[in-house]
Parts: sequence; C-alpha cells; structure tokens
Amino acid sequence: MTDTAALPPGPAPQAVRRPRKPHPPAAPAKRVQFDRPLTPWLFVLPQLLVVAIFFYWPSVQAVNSSFYLEDPFGFGASFVGIDNYREALSSREYRTIAAFTAGFCALVTGLALGIGLLLAVKADKVIRGASAYKTALIAVYAIAPPVTGLIGMMFFDMHIGPFKDLAALFGHDLRVGIDYDDTALALVTVAVWKQIPYNFIFFLSGLQSVPVAVREAALLDARSGWRRFRDITLPLLAPTAFFLLVINITYSLFDTFAIIDVMVKDKPANNPMTLVYKVYLDGFKGNDIGGSSAQSVILMLVVAALTIVQFRLIERRVHYG
Amino acid sequence: MAGITFQGVGKTYAGNVNAVREVTLEVADGEFIVLVGPSGCGKSTLLRMVAGLEEITTGQISIDGRVVNRLDPADRDIAMVFQNYALYPHMSVRENMAYGLRNRRTPRDEIARRVDDAARMLELGPYLDRKPRALSGGQRQRVAMGRAIVRQPAAFLFDEPLSNLDAKLRVAMRGEIRRLQRRLGTTALYVTHDQLEAMTLADRLVVLNGGRVEQIGAPLELYHHPATTFVAGFIGAPAMNLLDARIEGGRVMLAGHDLGPARGPEGAVTLGIRAEDMHPAETGLPMAVDYVEELGSGRIVHGAIDGQPVALALAPGAALPAHLALHIAPEALHLFDTTSGKRLPDALPRPARTGVPA
Repeated sequence: MTDTAALPPGPAPQAVRRPRKPHPPAAPAKRVQFDRPLTPWLFVLPQLLVVAIFFYWPSVQAVNSSFYLEDPFGFGASFVGIDNYREALSSREYRTIAAFTAGFCALVTGLALGIGLLLAVKADKVIRGASAYKTALIAVYAIAPPVTGLIGMMFFDMHIGPFKDLAALFGHDLRVGIDYDDTALALVTVAVWKQIPYNFIFFLSGLQSVPVAVREAALLDARSGWRRFRDITLPLLAPTAFFLLVINITYSLFDTFAIIDVMVKDKPANNPMTLVYKVYLDGFKGNDIGGSSAQSVILMLVVAALTIVQFRLIERRVHYG
Repeated sequence: MAGITFQGVGKTYAGNVNAVREVTLEVADGEFIVLVGPSGCGKSTLLRMVAGLEEITTGQISIDGRVVNRLDPADRDIAMVFQNYALYPHMSVRENMAYGLRNRRTPRDEIARRVDDAARMLELGPYLDRKPRALSGGQRQRVAMGRAIVRQPAAFLFDEPLSNLDAKLRVAMRGEIRRLQRRLGTTALYVTHDQLEAMTLADRLVVLNGGRVEQIGAPLELYHHPATTFVAGFIGAPAMNLLDARIEGGRVMLAGHDLGPARGPEGAVTLGIRAEDMHPAETGLPMAVDYVEELGSGRIVHGAIDGQPVALALAPGAALPAHLALHIAPEALHLFDTTSGKRLPDALPRPARTGVPA
C-alpha cells in the first residue's frame, strides 16, 4: 500500500517503447512572405547599390581599362588587347613580387593564426586577472594600420630602433629599408603583430563556446592535454579557424597596404612589396593605368580562385556545431 | 569494479562557501547509490569531486581502496554520464564511444568488440555512424551511457542524466539504467533532485541538505523512518504532512484530539503523518477539504487540519464532503523535535515493513 505513492501514475516502465523513428530534419529557417514581389528587392536595394557602385562598377572599369594603353595625362587610350597582361606576367619584377606576396601571405597568415590561437588557448586558462590580460592582448587591434606601420618602423629604425640592437646582439646588422630580407622580416613582423589581436578575440570566443561539459567529458577520456586539444577543442574551433583563415589571407594580401606604404615608401629601391602595393605604384605613381588595371584583374582572379579552393576543399572538413 | 569510500569529504569554494561538509560514506561494490537533495545541496559537487572535476578541499575519497584525491580524472577509473550528454559533436556515435578507449591504448579489435557490445545492449546499432546531432534526445542519452559502459570502469557516475528528457522517456530510461547497472554489476553514483527517480533507482539513498548528509538508507527505510523533518518533507509524493502539535501528559495532542501515546518531552513537537496513513472515519480529527487532485488511480485531497495545510491520499470514489473526520493509527505517527527537526523515538513499535520489495 505504501508503494503506490512512490510510483508515477501512468504506464509501467516496461510498457513504454522508445520512439523508433529517425530524428526529424531541422526546422527550416524562418520564412517571411511578402504580398508584393517588389518589396524584398526594395529592402536589399541599399546593399545592392553599395556593392554595385563600389565593387562591380570599378571592377568592370578595371577589366575594361586593362585592355587599353592609356595616355599618362588622360588624353586618350588605344586598344592593345592582352598586351598589358602579357607584359605583366612576363616581367621578371612582377614574378618576383608575386613570389614574395605568396610567401608573405603564407607567413603572415600562418604566424598570425598560430600565435593568436596559442595566446587564446593560454588566456582561456587564466582565471585571476583574466580581463586585464585579455585587454592587454586585444589593445593592439585598436591601432590604425598606418600607425602600426609607423610604430613598427620605429622599432626597426636604423638609428633608434631597439630591434636593431637586438639583432646586433646576435651579430646581425639589421638594415630595414635597404636590405631586402631585413625589410621583409620587418614587414612580416609588423603585419603579424597587427593581426594577432583580431585572431585572438575570435579564437577566444570560439574556445569559450565549446561546452564546458564536453571539455569535462574529454578530461575523463584523455589524460594528455595536447590530445584533448587536438581531438576535441581544435575540431570544435574549426568553423572559427576557417573564417579566420579567409579573413587573414585577405588581410595579408590587401590590408597590409598601409603598413607596407609606411615602411617602404621613400626608401631606396629593391624593397619587398606585395602585388597590391605594386598595383598602386604602377597605377598612381607610374601613371600606367592599363598595366595597373591588368595587374588588379589578375589579383582579382587569384583571390577568386583562392576563395573557391578554400570553400571547396577546406570548408568540407569543417564541422559546424 | 569496486567500492567507493568518502572520509570526511568537504568542499569549500572561494569566499568560504561550504558546498559540501564532512561527508562520510561507504559505497559497497556493485551498489547503486543515489545522491538526492534540492538544488544547491552539494550533490553534484560531491559527484564531481569523485570524478576529479572539482578539487577535494578536505577529507579523502578512495575508489577500490586507492586514494584518488590527487589523481587525474582520466586515471580514476570512473566514467561519467552528464546531464546534457556532453557528446563530442564532431565525432560519430562509434567514435564517441571509442575515444576514451583509444586514449588508453586499448587494442583496436578490443575497442570494436566493446563498442559493438554496448551498441547491441543499448540498441544503438543502426546509429553507430551518425553524428550526435542526427539523434533524438533519448538516443543521445544512450550514446552517453554507451560511452561509459565501453570503458568498463570501476564506477559509473551519473549527473542528473535524465532531466533533459520528457516525462515518458524518463521513466523508460530509468528502468533501462537500473537493468543495465544490475546486469553489469558496476558500482554507481547517481545524482538527482527528483525524489521519485531516487526512490526507484537506489539501493541506498543519500539525502543531502545544505552540503550535509541528512540521512543514508534504503528507499523504504527513509520513507518509513525519516531521520529529520527535511527527509520527511523531501521523500515521497505527496511529501509527509508536518504539523505543529503538542505532547501533553504522554499523549500526542493535535487540535484538541488525542492521537496516541508519545515518549518525547512534554511541549511543542512536529508531527509527521504520511498522506496515505490517514483514513476517513465516522469520528476523528476534523479536516476541512480545500480541493482534490484526481490522479485516476487515486486522489490527493488537499485541505487543512487546525488551520495547517495537509494532503491526504485516498482511493478514487464518491464525492467528498467539505469536512472529513480522520482516523490515524498511533503507530503511523512520526514525531520530530521542533527546533532541531530530528526524529524523536517512536512511541509505539512500528510494524516491520522496511524490507526492499522483491
């Protein structure tokens, strides 16, 4: 008689069958229906305008002018077909710069991502004074690229730069702005330094979105912290990492312009530069609009190809939660 | 397979918050122990200290005679089932189960054998190559169990494993957990705030309140002999009625009615009566009926005796009058000290009904 109070009303445990049917597919995203077919277009119009005016129009212009040889003073242009492309691709200088750009891009992306991830993993474990630590690491992100370039230049300055003294300790005469390799080193260092906080922020938030219970389950399953990181944390960070990979490649190709400009401008010739900077030099300093346009079209194609490769090959392996 | 020993185990968080105090408990090999209590009573903290997810501030925990205070969670030979399953979302069901074994360098064919065994036991065979997100809640729960089973640990730790499931599935999974644990004979520590789950699963219950152990014992022992008013009010649905009464001249007096003899000191006393121990009669303790909960198999009548709220369990039947007269057998009275809440010695010998039902 006393047991009745302890049992639930309803069927006994054995009588309940587990549902056998497979899990239903995820509910479709919320859909809004518009009465008039034009309404949605009205909503996206501002965005479309921005894209059209600032991206498609200049792109078409660039493609167009890449087939012309233009008078430096803007008096006329003559159609030259693919000569501009042929000239750019056959130039030894252009190939050197392309090779440097590829190396620069790989180094900056790799180092900025790697160091950002390392710092985020370590900062994630800090308990006391965590916010001060994080602020210190993020602060650099608030500095504008030209200023980063300036600060970097000071660090690497031939006369007052502390890095010159540091290199001297190891018996190396650091000559940024004169020696090709030294300048490349300085460029990479400053570009990486500038990008680390960005990656740090995203990696840190990515890490903090890994469920605590999943980490704890891993703690019971694997003793080695490195294994837990490799098998559990890293795969769960993959969406963040993939996003950052795309962003960092774009950054190292395009957004390093200001840093390069500050560090290389007014220096003797034969300094390393990226393709973007070369487009600028030829177009605006050299007034070779046609050649510069051809170069930027090539760059556009390279970036498009890179993006396709990234999304086709890498994203396939990314697990989205 | 092994026992677990707690010796004066305590946990103090920063700011001198004592989450767990002085817990001493001997868990026998193969026993199913349920830690139960309201939220914030320290039951999860205690379990997590066994797992190694929380540091042990004072005392000692040993598993299979080995003190584990300083051991890494992975080295404690325990497996845990988490409330929200904590499956690795990027791994298939098979990989989820195998991961802990791979890290312990279990031979490949042995891993495959154990995973297949567990999958058969849990009816997960068709889902082995699916990712957790393609499974239902109940299936995920079983994967989490499978991950624990394949490890063949000294003890299973369950941290409210059923609270994310709907009521029907919870009842089914409860039975499944109990059957599995019996079949494997593995020691189990199970945390829940649901007293019904606790009663139905446990060999022995540990009722915790404010980080302290209130009472340890078999479910029916706690039900029939609650050591404190807290246990009396926590175990059983509806909970034991607790009423302010008096002992006068060696008799329990409530609302001017003599309910039976008492051995406690004269004066105020807390009187406990189970809802099913009160029976309507021609004459007796008057109860004003407030409302009735119809459960189908029975009914719970809520009302008041002497202005104090009371619940009464009755068989289904005819409409009730607004006022009932209740008869209560003297041996069904539980007396507790009003200030400490501790049980006072029984006035009459109780009929033996504490045995675990077969």
